[in-house]
Amino acid sequence: MKTVRADQISDAVAKLCMDANYNLGPDVMQALKDFRDREESPVGKELLDQCIVNAEIAHKDQVPICQDTGFAVFFVELGDQVIVEGNLMAAITDGVRRGYKDGFLRKSIVEDPLRRKNTGDNTPPVVWIDVVPGYNLKIIIAPKGGGSENMSEVKMLKPSDGEKGVKDFVVDRVKRSGSNPCPPVIVGVGIGGTYDKCAQLSKKALLREIGSKHVDPYYAAMEEELLTRINDLGIGPQGLGGRTTALAVFVEAHPCHIASLPAAVNIQCHAARHKSAVL
Amino acid sequence: MSTDIRRITTPLTEAIVKELKAGDKVTITGVIYSARDAAHKRLVDLIAQGQPLPLEIKGQTIYFMGPSPAKPGQAIGSAGPTTSYRMDAYSPTLIEHGLKGMIGKGVRGPEVVEAMKKHKAVYFAATGGAAALISKSIKKAEIVAYEDLGAEAIRRLEVVDFPCIVAQDCHGQNYYEIGVAEYKRS
Repeated sequence: MKTVRADQISDAVAKLCMDANYNLGPDVMQALKDFRDREESPVGKELLDQCIVNAEIAHKDQVPICQDTGFAVFFVELGDQVIVEGNLMAAITDGVRRGYKDGFLRKSIVEDPLRRKNTGDNTPPVVWIDVVPGYNLKIIIAPKGGGSENMSEVKMLKPSDGEKGVKDFVVDRVKRSGSNPCPPVIVGVGIGGTYDKCAQLSKKALLREIGSKHVDPYYAAMEEELLTRINDLGIGPQGLGGRTTALAVFVEAHPCHIASLPAAVNIQCHAARHKSAVL
Repeated sequence: MSTDIRRITTPLTEAIVKELKAGDKVTITGVIYSARDAAHKRLVDLIAQGQPLPLEIKGQTIYFMGPSPAKPGQAIGSAGPTTSYRMDAYSPTLIEHGLKGMIGKGVRGPEVVEAMKKHKAVYFAATGGAAALISKSIKKAEIVAYEDLGAEAIRRLEVVDFPCIVAQDCHGQNYYEIGVAEYKRS
């Protein structure tokens, strides 16, 4: 067994909050450049250039890529040979509190959805924990902005709706999102599971590296088809027209009930932030 | 759309607003005010109660934005636009009371378009997610109302060559529709 202390977790989380918000992943940066080079709309090209320059400034000055530094969402892989000394949830929450304060990150969380008083420290986080084999504690942070999150949706399809039903739902969701979620977007798709599991899958799908293919050729082909259909919508950068509406589509599938075909779409803006640490 | 960039200064006049056409690239110099959901609600509630507003909105431009905190030495933190449709419930009232310009991202609804046509106001799109870049054109920021709202407080911003595109003009033209129609396949 390996012991990991709460203060180690909290320190790692505080650093992750800043790292994720200041430094755009190289895969996203490369995708922005590739799509910029292929973009036919002059305005679209210019807007993609602004996204690239913006990410460069954020990295150089160590400031947030986007002012919306997001809901602090975590995917934790807890090795079954790891003992956490202290409370894992409390350690992550403490790390968020420190990371958002020390990193000059925006506090965007209200303590009640209807009475809407800001918690002042961007807590609480949303934390998903998976127990996996091994001696590592892996913490992935994926700060999630509100504008793109608002364009997301879960739909309980019928098994008879099948593949076509799912694909049409995904394309329609992106179409209806239009200019709102800061396109170019990354589209996370969850298929299967339960109502709640499906939504979580669509968010987890966003952690994939741009350029990676789905391990299952069936879903790899679906991702490719969806990306083409979405980019044929013409929405373009910022919704002002162009070929670049999405940089990638990622699908996660899961076993589901004989009566069900849940599908979820989680939209991610071009400030697609996620970083990880292994303790 | 014109490839030239038009430099405009605030406060906006009806004459300037009428000249701006959907698709025009502009830079804005002068004073603008930041406000987003919570501040809009308070402003519109005050108007409903017949109370004075904490700022004179006649001729002004509101930027839908809540910045990240400024680091030492910065005038403001990262400061990109938030999605504008959430302000659609409030903007017509403010336009009726003299608001001339709005800066945000994403398309505006029919109620806002009608108010913009009737009272001559314009809606600019800034680049969503380009917050670190945009903040370079904001030279000074100070809270003028609702400090308790934190990032959502109303700030007076002094901007120089703040870049944006006329997304929807006072004549009912919508650059989102024009742009997408041009690149749509199928």
